[in-house]
Amino acid sequence: MLINEPLIFEIGSEGRSAYSLPDTDVPETDIKDILPEGMLREDISGFPEVSEADVVRHFTRLSRLNYNVDHGFYPLGSCTMKYNPRINEDVARLPGFSMIHPYQPPEISQGILKLMYELELYLAEISGMDRISLQPAAGAQGELAGMLMIRAYHTLRDDPRKKVILPDSSHGTNPASVSLCGYRAIEIKSDKRGLIDPKKLRQIMDEDVAALMLTNPNTLGLFEKDILEITGIVHDKGGIVYCDGANLNALLGIARLGDMGIDVLHFNLHKTFSTPHGGGGPGAGPIGIKDVLSDFLPVPVIKKEGDSYQLNYNVLHSIGKVKAFYGNIGVLIKAYAYIRTMGADGLRRVSEVAVINANYIRNRLQDFYDIPYNSHCMHECVLSDKIQGKHGITALDIAKSLIDYGFHPPTIYFPLIVKGAMMIEPTETETKETLDRFIEAMIDIAMRAEDDPESLRHAPSTTKVGRLDEVRAARKPNLRWRV
Amino acid sequence: MDFPEDLLYTKEHEWVRIDNGKAVVGITEYAQQELGDVVFVELPSVGTEVAYMDPFGVIESVKTVADLYSPLTCEVLEVNHELETQPELVNSSPYDKGWIIEIAISNMEEVGHLLSHDDYMAHIEDTED
Repeated sequence: MLINEPLIFEIGSEGRSAYSLPDTDVPETDIKDILPEGMLREDISGFPEVSEADVVRHFTRLSRLNYNVDHGFYPLGSCTMKYNPRINEDVARLPGFSMIHPYQPPEISQGILKLMYELELYLAEISGMDRISLQPAAGAQGELAGMLMIRAYHTLRDDPRKKVILPDSSHGTNPASVSLCGYRAIEIKSDKRGLIDPKKLRQIMDEDVAALMLTNPNTLGLFEKDILEITGIVHDKGGIVYCDGANLNALLGIARLGDMGIDVLHFNLHKTFSTPHGGGGPGAGPIGIKDVLSDFLPVPVIKKEGDSYQLNYNVLHSIGKVKAFYGNIGVLIKAYAYIRTMGADGLRRVSEVAVINANYIRNRLQDFYDIPYNSHCMHECVLSDKIQGKHGITALDIAKSLIDYGFHPPTIYFPLIVKGAMMIEPTETETKETLDRFIEAMIDIAMRAEDDPESLRHAPSTTKVGRLDEVRAARKPNLRWRV
Repeated sequence: MDFPEDLLYTKEHEWVRIDNGKAVVGITEYAQQELGDVVFVELPSVGTEVAYMDPFGVIESVKTVADLYSPLTCEVLEVNHELETQPELVNSSPYDKGWIIEIAISNMEEVGHLLSHDDYMAHIEDTED
């Protein structure tokens, strides 16, 4: 593990190859005879030429340096890094799903269309929304699709609006989606409770505001208690309410965003519905809407006629397609398998345990860490480095030190409204023993911050490389291998 | 921390040095410390018109990204191109080499909204609590 792994470009030698293909039984043609000269690529120089064993070993060694949800506890706040049950993978690999092609006509694709139709129904029931589109490939794309629908809605009513209101605790993708749709992002500051203040909202909400974009529970892990008043204020002025579904893991089977006056939301199937994240992805960010926006849905929508399922491209004012074909189908299948294996009671239990786990951590750490908005939280809690800061120890030092205890660090320096924030989301899939080991590690770090702060400043020390120079990496990025 | 007495300030931690209808704008010592090592400053184009307290640019550190707010309604006359290759000047010299933009003030009455040195010090104390 401690060997210095070279880049793939640095191993191998000219003419070496991983596998020799048998001679082709089709006559070979020189590429120059089929393509014009201008279309031909010059030879690639410096391309790695390695044996099969070298390739396999290189990538296996790299994979062992990686940390993932199959490896250990991964309390990355706002990301819901829950364990992904293996059965979902089995289901997605059933040949009836894995061997189909998106160009297959609907009459011979009834199985997958039925699954997608039913997944839409489940998501609608879970969220209290009227209609679902499974197309968006990620949360941020769901946001964009939702915002485009909001814009189309106002434009059609001959009431184009210019602004969208967002709380200062929002995810960075929210103002980005708003700007991408040509709106001006207006920030509303959170109040002393860490919530949206309806009085303040009333002051800035006017008939030039297209939408309010919020997250509930918000990024402090707190439930917006005034949500009904908030959505009422926006609706009174003809605005739409968008909810970022990143924190849906707190609400399953307990409360429905659709019942709180939300008009559009996105789901992160790769968070709440246990499909793999990141390198194990891709993700999926379906959107849910109320009927008022149904004329703007992306096409195609899935329609049931008698016992058969059809793709319907006939949506009056559709914003069009947002993704090639029909979305990330493999992810949708895994989410469907998850919902069916958990059942309604199981999903409610997911959120109950996720909330209990977060409150357990918050409670046990509150004597050791500053917790700026310390009240009952939902599925995640936000600490700060204020106490450790007195000894010159920052959230970054604490996060890096956790690696030496065998844990993935929490999200740090987010939400932006908490100075030195550490955002911890345990999810429901962790046992009390795991949480206790994590808590003990956090307490030990707090003690060391007081007694021996120097020992935290260079962490981690058990990894292949120690503390990276993030400043230099950002100021002088070196992004390309030069041959 | 150093906060020159001859400057005016905003609640969003910009400083303003006014001189004959024009002004130079940057971020304060407190702001640069809070951000940590600055790695990128997105500057406006010269000639851009910005309204009072609207964002005119973005500043990025390893920890976070923040909007830069225009202390006054203005037209951008000059930007500090040095920051394109040396964003760290904002950390090492926030009031001098780390200046961000120079502006032509559109409405001198708005100057009354800016914080004096003492008001800004009090504002930081409030923020810290």
